Amino acid sequence: MKIPFLITALLLFASPAHAMHISEGILPLPWAVAWYALAIPFVAMGIRQVNRMSRRDLSFKPLAGLMAAVVFIISCMPVPVPIAGTCSHPCGTGMAAILLGPFVSSLIAAIALLFQALFLSHGGLSTWGANVFSMGVVGSIAGYFTFKGLRAMGVPLAPAAFFAGLQADWATYLVTSVELASGIRGSEPFLPLLEKILLAFVPTQLPLGILEGAMTAGMVMLLYRKRPDILVTMGVMDAGEVKANG
Amino acid sequence: MDRETRKGQRAQGTRKIAKTLVYSFFLSVLTLCPLPFAFCHDAVCAETWPGVDESVVEKFAREHGRESREPLINTDQGDLLLFAFLLAGTAGGFAAGYFWRMLLEGKTKAQGSGKEKKK
Repeated sequence: MKIPFLITALLLFASPAHAMHISEGILPLPWAVAWYALAIPFVAMGIRQVNRMSRRDLSFKPLAGLMAAVVFIISCMPVPVPIAGTCSHPCGTGMAAILLGPFVSSLIAAIALLFQALFLSHGGLSTWGANVFSMGVVGSIAGYFTFKGLRAMGVPLAPAAFFAGLQADWATYLVTSVELASGIRGSEPFLPLLEKILLAFVPTQLPLGILEGAMTAGMVMLLYRKRPDILVTMGVMDAGEVKANG
Repeated sequence: MDRETRKGQRAQGTRKIAKTLVYSFFLSVLTLCPLPFAFCHDAVCAETWPGVDESVVEKFAREHGRESREPLINTDQGDLLLFAFLLAGTAGGFAAGYFWRMLLEGKTKAQGSGKEKKK
């Protein structure tokens, strides 16, 4: 019942892009190349892990497919933020990182961003590396380690997933600001410009991060109710914990 | 009524409340977010609800002498972008539904084989 509802919601929001990916041509060539160089090893690790895990577990492929579709849709879904009067989008990489690990999540984000840059005028090919690094790599790593850290401290599944989604979103925008500030600053000092860009993102991304946290917690809890065995296989939780919770 | 039954009933009640909260959250997102669009003209909205790519990324880039270039395949022409997004949303929605079904079918199959083994 919840899934058709969620999919309907996602489809209703799919409209021309008002988003945060860095557009084509914004970054100077040396910076664009540098971000490519930083992002590609993570994507390569993701490919390796997909091959390894799909051989090990049959439920991995459908889960990866589901996450790829979800990340693709929600990372081009403009959400209006009434308090800011602007639109932006969640990333979905926190959710994917919790369920599939940060490398596979980076790969999924890289594919989603490539399609968006090619066919949806959303982001750009020259800025693909920078967008993959901020949304795919840093978003995934922030979400993954927040979740693992909170779980290790004994935080229940839903709040841990919520904060992982929140951190993934905010970390993505922090790194986007760093990429933008370093690329466009010229002779201007870096930190004051970074501060200005970050502050400009805050009114939109603060509430959107909370929305992303809620979406992440919702997805993880949904899987926990329907297929707790998958969460055990993917190392999200222990078999003992599933049994103890009934 | 024994303690276990009461515990079970309480857990069921909590689950119901959580379900209602999730539904009301998605309903409020669905209804409230597009609400401002319903009261304004398209042309006005285009200026009033810019994406952060325009209001932050491109604005700062322009101030520092960097302009965005036309994408390699420019679908941002008339209704073409709307078509591309609708197609992407439909394909993505279909794929999400398809893989979700596969995941649930996996569970049914696993349960089915478990029952057969028991017999």
